[in-house]
Amino acid sequence: MLTILFDGIAYGMLLFILAVGLSVTLGLMNFVNLAHGAFAMAGGYATVILMNGYGVPFLGSLPVSFLAAAAFGLVLERLLYRRMYQRSHLDQVLFSIGLVFMAVAATDFLMGSQQQIVRLPDWLRGRVEIAGVGIGAYRLFLVIVCGALVIVLQGILSRTRFGSQLRAAVDDTRVARGLGIPTGRIFAATFAIGSGLAGLGGALGAEILGLDPTFPLKFMLYFLIVVTVGGTATISGPFAAAILLGIADVAGKYYVPRLGAFIIYIFMLAVLILRPNGLFVRGGGR
Amino acid sequence: MNFALETKDLVMRFGGFVATNRVSLSVAPGARHALIGPNGAGKTTLVNLMAGVLTPTEGAILLDGRDITNAPVAARVGIGLARTFQINQIFATMSPLEAVSVAVSQRVGLGSSMFGRLSQMPEIVDESADILERLRLADVMDDRSDRLPYGKQRALELALALATRPKVLLLDEPAAGVPESERHEILEIVASLPREVSILLIEHDMDLVFSFAETITVLVQGAIFLEGSAQDIAADRRVREVYLGEAIDG
Amino acid sequence: MRSATASAREKARQAVADATRWQTPELAFWAVAIAAIFLFPSRHLLLNEIAIVGLFALSIDLILGYAGIVSLGHAAFFGVGAYTAGLLAKAGIGEPVAGLAIAAAVAAAVGFATSFLVIRGSDLTRLMVTLSVALVFVEIANRFESITGGVDGLLGISMGPILGLFEFDFGGTTAYCYSLAVLFGMFLVARRLVRSPFGTSLRALKENRLRAGAIGIPTARRIVTIYTISASIAGVAGALLAQTTAFVSLEVLDFARSADGLLILVIGGSGYLYGGLLGAIAFALMRDALSSLTPAYWMFWMGAILVALVVVGRERVVAKFAAAVDRLRGSGS
Repeated sequence: MLTILFDGIAYGMLLFILAVGLSVTLGLMNFVNLAHGAFAMAGGYATVILMNGYGVPFLGSLPVSFLAAAAFGLVLERLLYRRMYQRSHLDQVLFSIGLVFMAVAATDFLMGSQQQIVRLPDWLRGRVEIAGVGIGAYRLFLVIVCGALVIVLQGILSRTRFGSQLRAAVDDTRVARGLGIPTGRIFAATFAIGSGLAGLGGALGAEILGLDPTFPLKFMLYFLIVVTVGGTATISGPFAAAILLGIADVAGKYYVPRLGAFIIYIFMLAVLILRPNGLFVRGGGR
Repeated sequence: MNFALETKDLVMRFGGFVATNRVSLSVAPGARHALIGPNGAGKTTLVNLMAGVLTPTEGAILLDGRDITNAPVAARVGIGLARTFQINQIFATMSPLEAVSVAVSQRVGLGSSMFGRLSQMPEIVDESADILERLRLADVMDDRSDRLPYGKQRALELALALATRPKVLLLDEPAAGVPESERHEILEIVASLPREVSILLIEHDMDLVFSFAETITVLVQGAIFLEGSAQDIAADRRVREVYLGEAIDG
Repeated sequence: MRSATASAREKARQAVADATRWQTPELAFWAVAIAAIFLFPSRHLLLNEIAIVGLFALSIDLILGYAGIVSLGHAAFFGVGAYTAGLLAKAGIGEPVAGLAIAAAVAAAVGFATSFLVIRGSDLTRLMVTLSVALVFVEIANRFESITGGVDGLLGISMGPILGLFEFDFGGTTAYCYSLAVLFGMFLVARRLVRSPFGTSLRALKENRLRAGAIGIPTARRIVTIYTISASIAGVAGALLAQTTAFVSLEVLDFARSADGLLILVIGGSGYLYGGLLGAIAFALMRDALSSLTPAYWMFWMGAILVALVVVGRERVVAKFAAAVDRLRGSGS
């Protein structure tokens, strides 16, 4: 019981790291980026290549997966995404679906269609016992790493100059621009960081979520759920949504495997109908 | 006799902000009634409440004695309440003829006709043509609406409202932004509306208000500040201070 | 003044009459579609597929091009129609037209039930809702393996002759004629629909929902209606696929199918009904050409086309194309 809860939390935290970038792009640029998962996949494959091809240790490959996905995100933002911010949601959707298809096919071409295996170091395998609850060592590692990241992110947002500029830009882009905040540069930086986090999430999650070329399609809805259920106004909203989703998914698969993903879909549909602006958006809102 | 349109103790709160504060406003049948007030007085909020875009926090709205407080926008139009918008809301790629004929077909109950053809509904086409003619849009009836000059778009805004054959018409700054040369056209059209239509005019332009309105309500900070005949309001010192003064300074 | 009014009325009547008249390119399009039966006798299977995909794209056009509803899950209705037709045939109702009618009704029912989910909310919530509705159907088809055949697909469908008269053949000739006839019938319905007062009111609510409500159009009811109709047509397309290929697999519900439908519309242009059909032809030709180059990576090229179309601007591409058509028409008349 507690083990499942803990697994769910670990899974939820992972989802948060994967999806937080999407939440910011959506809140900041009002951009529907269905290709977010492609950046996560890029991070995952970066780790696989480094570990299997160059013998880089797991921990050493994680920062590289962040940087690789962030660089990838930055280049695409400057080249393509930038032009799409002012377009209709339909255009954005088609554009990002196109990117997903290209990413899926290109990965298939370069890496093959099989599942990739990330060999975890020994100390991350096996179980630890905490207060009588058996916990997978890797799950514990995930909670610690992701938890630390959440705290760092929250700190950046609330303490730094960049954070306050970002919050201003999310609140009202036009006003922020009027105040002389370089929104274009903030967009790019945020996009890169969000992509980087997704890449890190992809690397961390390869063990749990699996990693193959269809990754961006398979998890597209999960990321979108985190964002729509959590809303885009804060990062605590998506965080709560991700934890909730993680626990519900793990518990659902454990207790009622026959229903599988149904619970998640139905739950999300219910949220969307009852609270179209997200579950954790303060009443009133807009 | 019922008022054409009446609000009773209408309250609208957005979070902690009170945009409409216990407004009881009565528009008499056939009225030429103006609603004025400084910027941010809550005029547009009040119009949106009456039209059904917003639902009031408290209070009631009656149309000809009938409670429409919770009626959807389209239902209000169906029983004779129409409005124009301060900022043009037109159908960009449709022609004025298409737009007006949609409104007319909807009014006569053929709006959901799926297999009917407009070419076999001459009464709708003729009525649409007449409305366009009256609003001096006949020449451009076949052009794309978003390519019309601004004054013509403003006239189309009015044409759409008239096509619903309203009993009560809410005019939200009908001449806003219209260049001086086309302005008199809009004003003439407003002045020539038949008396059966009760009109509530929301306006900034004092010339227009005093040339048109017989009754004036002054709204300040969401609440009714004063109400009276046009002469009374014009002569009232407090109105001059609160509103006209501000208008002159600004 | 009186004569001025009369001329305004005349002008209006003229404009209204012109709007529903069949244009020469339209007639040419259908003439070519029929002529294709004789022109490409060896390509009937491909033509059949184009007709079905075109019908599916047409159904999306009705909600996207006319009502402005973006859907990422229209495959749900395509799949519901396909499974309905397939299961009916397995259950012994092998007459295709009857199967088509029932599939249309079932898909319409599902469309009606889910239409209430797309009335409210933003584009984003609609995307999510349509996407997850489609996924729910994939899950259902997956779970009820005993009925749907799960990942293996629905095997052993045997279709009877159409109306008891025309047997399906291996070359796909009957299939294409059948699909083309259904496509044309559905197209006539759609064409009539979008030019009716109902259709014009849909365009109005697409362009400006606030104003549409303010002239008395019950916008929610309109969306429910067109969504149901569109779902039904998508169901017919799915049923055609099931009947003419005698096979249904989970692919009919796939996200890629919904995305293909959108891509086809983007290629052909939305909001004038022929976009889906022309797009389907272009799509099939492109796939043929590109997959003969790199068979496994067709998906990559499809993605690249999407990105290019959107980045360059669909309007610009379509406008160029329209200008070319205009020039042709100008030189023709």
